[in-house]
Amino acid sequence: MKIGALREISAGESRVALTPDSALQLQKLGHACVIEAGAGEKAGFSDAAYTATGVEVLASAHAVAHSVDVVVKVRAPEPAEAAMLREGQTLISFFWPAQNGDLLEQAREQGATVIAMDMVPRISRAQKMDALSSMANIAGYRAVIEAGNNFGRFFTGQVTAAGKVPPAKVLVVGAGVAGLAAIGTATSLGAITYAFDVRPEVAEQIESMGAQFVYLEFEAAQDGAATGGYAAPSSPEFREKQLAKFRELAPEIDIVITTALIPGRPAPKLWTADMVAAMKPGSVIVDLAAERGGNCDLTVPDEKVVTENGITIIGYTDFPSRMAAQASTLYANNVRHMLTDLTPNKDGVIHHNMDDDVIRGATVTHQGTITYPPPPPKVQAIAAAKPKEKPKELTLEEKREQEAATFRSQTKTQVGLLVAGGLLIALVGAYAPASFMAHFIVFALACFVGFQVIWSVSHSLHTPLMAVTNAISGIVVLGALSQVGSGNWLVVTLASLSFLIATINIVGGFLVTRRMLAMFQKS
Amino acid sequence: MSFGLVSAAYVAAAVLFILSLGGLSGQESAKRAVWYGIAAMALAVGATMFGPGVGNYAVIAAMLVIGSVIGWYVAKKVAMTEMPQLVAALHSFVGLAAVLIGFNADLELTRVLALDEASRQALTGFADVLAHKSGVEVSILRVEVFLGVFIGAVTFTGSIVAFGKLAGKLDGKAKKLPGGHGLNAGAALLSLVLLVLYAQGAGIWALLLMTLLAFFIGYHLIMGIGGADMPVVVSMLNSYSGWAAAAIGFTLGNDLLIVTGALVGSSGAILSYIMCKAMNRSFVSVILGGFGATTGPVMAIAGEQIAIDADGVATALEEADSVVIVPGYGMAVAQAQQAVAELTRRLRAKGKDVRFAIHPVAGRLPGHMNVLLAEARVPYDIVLEMDEINEDFPNTDVVIVIGSNDIVNPAAQEDPNSPIAGMPVLEVWKAKQVFVSKRGQGTGYSGIENPLFYKENTRMFYGDAKASINQLVQAM
Repeated sequence: MKIGALREISAGESRVALTPDSALQLQKLGHACVIEAGAGEKAGFSDAAYTATGVEVLASAHAVAHSVDVVVKVRAPEPAEAAMLREGQTLISFFWPAQNGDLLEQAREQGATVIAMDMVPRISRAQKMDALSSMANIAGYRAVIEAGNNFGRFFTGQVTAAGKVPPAKVLVVGAGVAGLAAIGTATSLGAITYAFDVRPEVAEQIESMGAQFVYLEFEAAQDGAATGGYAAPSSPEFREKQLAKFRELAPEIDIVITTALIPGRPAPKLWTADMVAAMKPGSVIVDLAAERGGNCDLTVPDEKVVTENGITIIGYTDFPSRMAAQASTLYANNVRHMLTDLTPNKDGVIHHNMDDDVIRGATVTHQGTITYPPPPPKVQAIAAAKPKEKPKELTLEEKREQEAATFRSQTKTQVGLLVAGGLLIALVGAYAPASFMAHFIVFALACFVGFQVIWSVSHSLHTPLMAVTNAISGIVVLGALSQVGSGNWLVVTLASLSFLIATINIVGGFLVTRRMLAMFQKS
Repeated sequence: MSFGLVSAAYVAAAVLFILSLGGLSGQESAKRAVWYGIAAMALAVGATMFGPGVGNYAVIAAMLVIGSVIGWYVAKKVAMTEMPQLVAALHSFVGLAAVLIGFNADLELTRVLALDEASRQALTGFADVLAHKSGVEVSILRVEVFLGVFIGAVTFTGSIVAFGKLAGKLDGKAKKLPGGHGLNAGAALLSLVLLVLYAQGAGIWALLLMTLLAFFIGYHLIMGIGGADMPVVVSMLNSYSGWAAAAIGFTLGNDLLIVTGALVGSSGAILSYIMCKAMNRSFVSVILGGFGATTGPVMAIAGEQIAIDADGVATALEEADSVVIVPGYGMAVAQAQQAVAELTRRLRAKGKDVRFAIHPVAGRLPGHMNVLLAEARVPYDIVLEMDEINEDFPNTDVVIVIGSNDIVNPAAQEDPNSPIAGMPVLEVWKAKQVFVSKRGQGTGYSGIENPLFYKENTRMFYGDAKASINQLVQAM
């Protein structure tokens, strides 16, 4: 089938949905690729680069839309673009069906199938086409870079000849994909990073990225995780606690990056005006939730504002587009993976399988009906977090007491065993003759020596140990030897038989041990 | 050789045996230690052979040559994957030898007791020792003979069954006759009665009957134990063969036999203890077979098993810096150790940190995996024990699990109701990515599901271990 990418017409959008690389991969699936002239210009992909990989470059959007079966785009189509869709054609792009009801209706009327990249369910299998995550990743990275651009100091602490520089302190609110990316970027630049999230189970992820999780001491364990890996709204009491914590942190923090979003609601206000006022001049706030109203009270969407006390608040909503080359590469890959799933036989024929969870979830109109909202996904994105039990910190005295208790119980068992063993031996000694006791002493001591010696044997040599003890236990050969000189023919026969098998044991055991040990080599 | 010189040789041999076992604490010293053992054995056998009271040298020489040739041939031919069955077979020899020597002691005793005073004076060797025993000493001797034969007989049939199971000649599953452990207990009790009768002077029939009972116990006990518990069984039989030798030593009044038997006996006992601890089960529960009863419903597992092909694994390995390989019995079954070693060499040549994690009960013999890897020339300093490597998993990029299941089952830690709850396991799931090379979707020896296979960072690499790893080496 023919797949075509349109040039983004929305102002300030630099991304493109098809790159020369992804086109190459699509051609391997049996598809032909078309692109509108100049579509990749702003992302650094020239028309020549596309032509070189076998992509047909067409002059106008109309020409592309008319010739292809699948249209790929980044942003949701503008009305003019939507008008070009025809029956049976498939559109793959961000679509936001919840916000764009009219657009959805229009697509249905025209009979087009729409796959919304923002509706890809968040399950493991679909991660490769999760464009929201790949865009959020870029946004998180870019947020730190923007912050650094507007921040007058180093991220990392330095001791220079000219004096000591303290490290910057960064607070990331919301540890989704964007938040984690921001944490990773900030820590790798050398900042001291703190992070907060209402979902306690992400603490581990935060710590694994090198940030400190800001713990709230809150009685009723609030679990903020909802389905699909997003946060749920929190209770008023919890919110109060959270804001109090932020208020306490605000004067110390140099850079705040907020990424908190709740699906289907305006962004929660987490960084209030009084917190902004409490921050040091020169500090920077980057509000990644600006598009949905912002997490900070003073955020102005799409703009950078400086408050009276010298705090810079960045409310850009086009972070991915500001890194168009990277964003296009990742987005094009996401789209390519979606098309791979749509082309199960790799024969260039699209098979729109509505039984597939991922395809079903992302499809919003299909064959003249609106298929949004999809049924809930069968697989939970993140397993319910188990409440983490914190090991109780023992005080010094408790520890000492515990040690004393184990020492006492150890002494008790040891003394008990010794006494019992002693009594048993005394009992034997009371009846057995001296000759037996002499051998018994040897036996008991040999057992002790054996226990001491074997404990130090390396685990990796357990098989050679068994082979060598095997050979050694062939020592019963001595018994056979002392009997083979007997006057009784039966005794001689049995003794020679046991001599024979014990000899096999000795020779076989030692040789195989040697063979094994010779194989152990140091690198 | 005088009695004094023989004793001196025995002292030297005993010391050398102890040094020989002690030398196994390290790979390099072990190479010397085995020579100590050989020297000790040569000394002991030589001194006894030319000591007082030994005759029929022609027979001895013939047996020595035949036995040595067979032993040499077996040691030369055995493949390293067959080590478990070889060890089991050798145990059965010691058991049988102990039984025969015990019977001999009884026969000699009967003969000596029947002789008159004059001909007793003319006796030499073992018969001479017997001739000088008092009434109580004879009773004690009978008990020693009885014990020696009993332990030897159990070891004999037990080892033969273990050999059969390990060599795949018998079904590896746990099997019991109707009546179960009651039969064993009954046989043991009957043996005890026979012991009392025999000590009081009952004839050789008591000994014979008991031997048959002991043969049955050995057979039935080991039949009731399943394949993956074999490390414990083999160590236990190792221990028994030592105790049998020690009991024979008591019978013959030979201190070297007692010392050596005790060394071997305690060695096997410690190995069994280590194996049981590694499975978090008591010795009794392993021997009696079956897993402990669960206390509640087992945790349900959410998620799906996701398969991956060789190219996918190869890509992940290319990107990884640190790789840990966890081999299990499946590697031994598929004879995949050479392929694994080749993979290791390739990865190491690319500058990646490759290590092996060995669980104490991986395989069918204590230390089985170490020997297989050594055979394939994997250097031993990158082969680590569970305790040494468990903390490193969170910093590991890729873990490859080859043919192991229960020893990497997170349920042991996460699910208090799991039958293997509390068993120490390799915490592979903490690594960034886990690949499991496995034949199919079946469960492990314990028969329980492994949640590891359903984890988000786990990918299943289905197929025969050897073929899969070879494919992987090709794809790299």
